[in-house]
Amino acid sequence: MLISINWVRDFVDLDGINIDELIHKFSLSTAEVENEIFYKGSDLSGVVVAEIKSVEEHPKSKKLHLLKVDAGESELIDVVCGAPNVRVGMKTAFAKLGAQIGDITIAPRDLAGFTSHGMCCSEKELGISDENDGIMEITDDAAVGTDIKSLYEIDDIIFEVDNKSLTNRPDLWGHYGIAREIATLAGRPLKEIETADLSVYNDLPKVDIKIEDELCKRYSGIRFENITRKVSPVNMRIRLFYCGMRAINYLADLTNYLMLEMGQPMHAFDSRKVEKIRVKRFEKPFEFTTLDGVSRHIDENTLMICNGDTPVAIAGIMGGLDSEIVDDTTSLTLESANFDAVSIRKSSSRLSHRTDASMRYEKSLDPEMTTVAAARFVKLLSDYDNGVKVTSSLTDEYVQKFDKVTLNFDKKFVDRYTGIEISNETIVNTLTSLGFGVKLEGDDFTVDVPTWRATKDVTIKADIIEEITRIYGYDNFDVNTAVAPLYPVRMFEEKNVEEQIKDILVKRYSMHEVHSYIWAYADEYKKLGIEVEENVKLSGAANPNIETIRRSMIPTQLCQVKSNVSFDSEFGIFEIGRVVDGLDEKGLCREKKMLGITLFSKTADTETLYFRLVNMLSVMMDDIRHKGLSYKAIEPDHAYIHPKNYNAVICDGTEIGRIGLVYPTVLKKIDKKANVVFAELEIDAVVGTANQGIKYQETSKFPSIDVDLTFISEKYAPIKEAIETVNSELIRNVALVGTYTDEQGKAITVRLSFVHPERTLTKEEVMEIADKIIGILKGQGIELKG
Amino acid sequence: MNEQIVQLQQEFEQKLAAVTAVSELEEIRIAFLGKNGSVTGLMKQMGKLSPEEKKSFGQQVNQLKTACADRINEKQAALAKEEMEREINSMPEFDVAVPPVLARGSYHPITLVQRKCEKIFRSMGFTVEDYSEVVTDYECFESLNIPKFHPARDMQDTYYLENGQLLKSQTSAAQNAIYKKYRDQLVNEGKPIRAIFPGRCFRNESTDACHENTFFQMEGVMVDKNISISNLIFFMKTMLSEVFEQDIKVRLRPGFFPFVEPGFELDISCLICGGDGCPSCKHSGWLELCPCGMIHPNVLREGGIDPDEYTGFAFGLGLTRLAMMKYGIKDIRDLNAAGLTNLSQFTEDK
Repeated sequence: MLISINWVRDFVDLDGINIDELIHKFSLSTAEVENEIFYKGSDLSGVVVAEIKSVEEHPKSKKLHLLKVDAGESELIDVVCGAPNVRVGMKTAFAKLGAQIGDITIAPRDLAGFTSHGMCCSEKELGISDENDGIMEITDDAAVGTDIKSLYEIDDIIFEVDNKSLTNRPDLWGHYGIAREIATLAGRPLKEIETADLSVYNDLPKVDIKIEDELCKRYSGIRFENITRKVSPVNMRIRLFYCGMRAINYLADLTNYLMLEMGQPMHAFDSRKVEKIRVKRFEKPFEFTTLDGVSRHIDENTLMICNGDTPVAIAGIMGGLDSEIVDDTTSLTLESANFDAVSIRKSSSRLSHRTDASMRYEKSLDPEMTTVAAARFVKLLSDYDNGVKVTSSLTDEYVQKFDKVTLNFDKKFVDRYTGIEISNETIVNTLTSLGFGVKLEGDDFTVDVPTWRATKDVTIKADIIEEITRIYGYDNFDVNTAVAPLYPVRMFEEKNVEEQIKDILVKRYSMHEVHSYIWAYADEYKKLGIEVEENVKLSGAANPNIETIRRSMIPTQLCQVKSNVSFDSEFGIFEIGRVVDGLDEKGLCREKKMLGITLFSKTADTETLYFRLVNMLSVMMDDIRHKGLSYKAIEPDHAYIHPKNYNAVICDGTEIGRIGLVYPTVLKKIDKKANVVFAELEIDAVVGTANQGIKYQETSKFPSIDVDLTFISEKYAPIKEAIETVNSELIRNVALVGTYTDEQGKAITVRLSFVHPERTLTKEEVMEIADKIIGILKGQGIELKG
Repeated sequence: MNEQIVQLQQEFEQKLAAVTAVSELEEIRIAFLGKNGSVTGLMKQMGKLSPEEKKSFGQQVNQLKTACADRINEKQAALAKEEMEREINSMPEFDVAVPPVLARGSYHPITLVQRKCEKIFRSMGFTVEDYSEVVTDYECFESLNIPKFHPARDMQDTYYLENGQLLKSQTSAAQNAIYKKYRDQLVNEGKPIRAIFPGRCFRNESTDACHENTFFQMEGVMVDKNISISNLIFFMKTMLSEVFEQDIKVRLRPGFFPFVEPGFELDISCLICGGDGCPSCKHSGWLELCPCGMIHPNVLREGGIDPDEYTGFAFGLGLTRLAMMKYGIKDIRDLNAAGLTNLSQFTEDK
């Protein structure tokens, strides 16, 4: 919102105050001000009122005229002018030789053979409106030679307040509210706004108004006749223009002016079209044309202003085309109303039509303002057009009031919140200046919140703290540390584990940590031939590619690997991220934190790469939990997984994750010649395993006995299990010596090292244990090689 | 001098001069000084000599023997030295300017920035909390004093899920759970609540170089009996000075966030110009960095904490923004794009 300092000066005397500093203070204490401040009129000088004394056609140009103008100097000045509206006796803005208009300095100038000694200016050229159809018309009573800056409020300072920072301040959507803040910041009194006394019209007939819907809190209306003025006063138009609004006509300008001044949106209807004002919603949707000529779809939730049953305006958003003021309008009905903020916001967003009015209503405007604004409107209307006749009493339907807010607190409360000393006197002065009613007894405050702050902004004691401290100035605060007892701060185990995993993978295995999105990227999956699995979806996702939440990290990582195939001949990526494994019995997402690891290599064969990942997992779990891992073949549960070598990763008897290869067609789409292996571990499962700690064993002073056993077996796993089953304390170490295949089948040789801490073992007791292992395996059909 | 001895000595010197390796020295020693060596052989001639001759001859042979042994030792030392020099000279000089490429891993830049922040906060007594990414409406809005239809829900375009849950649009979604988790310790044991919760957030907006729908924030809260605005300013200034490793000036402006009252926008003095004004701070000397404020009484109450007895502050730091500032990352989308050419540069940081 653009703020005019001239306008603010209507309500606060700012003489002797540095305006730049004041605006800076406003930015620190009230709301964010955009960086650039506009010094209007600072680039304009030497423009005076001049009267056109004669007009002649230019002999060589149809457009140009040769003028003699009286600019208050001893002689008339020859001017060449191209404006269509020149006429003898007209007073206009004239830039004398040497005048400054923006970057231009006026100098004698040849125009088709004639020299122009100055320039007649349009309002646009002067920078005070966008009117450029002709040169400016100045009223006859202005004396020639008068500097137009002394005639009109051209010099002004304009600053822009960020609308977002006014979201919670309905009172700051007009200059009067801004002036109240500035008065407080400047330590100057705020003048009361001048209004007409409407009680004199109390005997006139009422406007027929009925509120038939709870979404309208208040509706005030009043009628006028005999409005003759068409064009707004120049100063009013300048203010509107400086504040970003186009001048339209006197009445429309006046409603806009009131909105920018008081923050109260208003609407003027042709009285013939609104004989019976009704405020209501309709049960059935219909089309309605607003005054901008756009046909809009009105549904059952949109509040409408009606003439009886005929809709005439979308409440709080925009008037209708049919009830707009037209040339033969003789009687006007002014609406000054208050509507439910949420309803206006939702309607305007449904209609995709945000107007200056709806923007204000959605902030919860003060309903007390409607009648004051109407009285202000009547005052300005009759100031500038004294023929105006009020033809109705001020009719006011006020059906819902906000509760009066009174807050009680004491000095201690303020001290505790601020942590500094702010005197009772400062508190009283600040709040009083902002319009709060303050009573102080001892250290106890009773504060009445003014209606313009009580609609939602200030409702609790803590809100008062903000009022006191922002005006006090945060830069003026003494800053102090908090005093608190000391306790050790422990890292949560989950966090420890995650950090350890990252360090191991990055530092020891040269892996790259990546980040990704939580949803499946349908289009990228498609390129790899991976189907997006059914899962919970985003509702109303704008992009159909990111509709479904992923169930696994792996498809994401396969896409990431594909996009990096040219990075290096081999690399690994990992991420600790989230997936959603469907919904639980309560209908909530089963969110899981997963570690996804994917290795890519153009040089290593599949088995090498696979075992690289197996080793990685083993070292990881050994570092984290000092535990070994085992693997169990499982059926692939996703189409992108290779049917072979898909294993559950088991620790402590619990599955903590999966390791596998990529289905050949998917692999070929990633890279025709490379190998890819992946693993996915569930962080909670990893964290859930118990830490075995480092088990230190002293080296025995007695010799160990090694026994090599060769079994005919396809797999090592049962041998390992058999050794674990026997669980002899004397087995100090088990090593896989090697495997080979002959006519008898695959043979696996293991070396068992036996040692006793306190004595030398005998061959017999060692063989007794070995025989137990052999026996168990024999029971499973695994024979010792002969 | 006995002629034989002179001759033998000459023979010894000749042979010794021809020796080029330590191993040959042993042969000479055996040939001259060994049991059957030539010098030892001279001794055996002693029997034929008169006692006078014996004495003189004996002395001369012994002298020869000692001299030979010394000469062998000398030669051995010289050869050893030569061999050492040869070995040293045989070592090539490496071109350290062209080391072989060593595979190195990398951390995500967010991890590096997050670790740094966590370290600072842990040193100040804060616990580091984790929270889910899918949350309920209650966690993300209702418990944070953002009731239904509140405009704050419009400010952030949220990803709602079909089941009514949502992807958390702000790390504040963890606040309520954290208050409930530590409430008893606060009330019963007087342990202040000090916690940070870094996490991934989601906003339904179209992406460009400055906007992402998935990004990281880090929220922090401190609750105790007398936490004040003065404490908040002190804390933010101290913490941010640690983060940026320089003395930071902070400035508060009023800011509206439903879960704090009063709420602030915190600006820091521009890191480039120090506050004098430069293009990177749009000549204002300040950078808008993080929203913060005193925790709204309704939010404390919803977390089971009596706002008449306890106060607290909360702040939100954009970890993604910090990472971008710190490393000069210009396009926010690079952070989630998994481009290893970019990411592999983040090997480690302090």
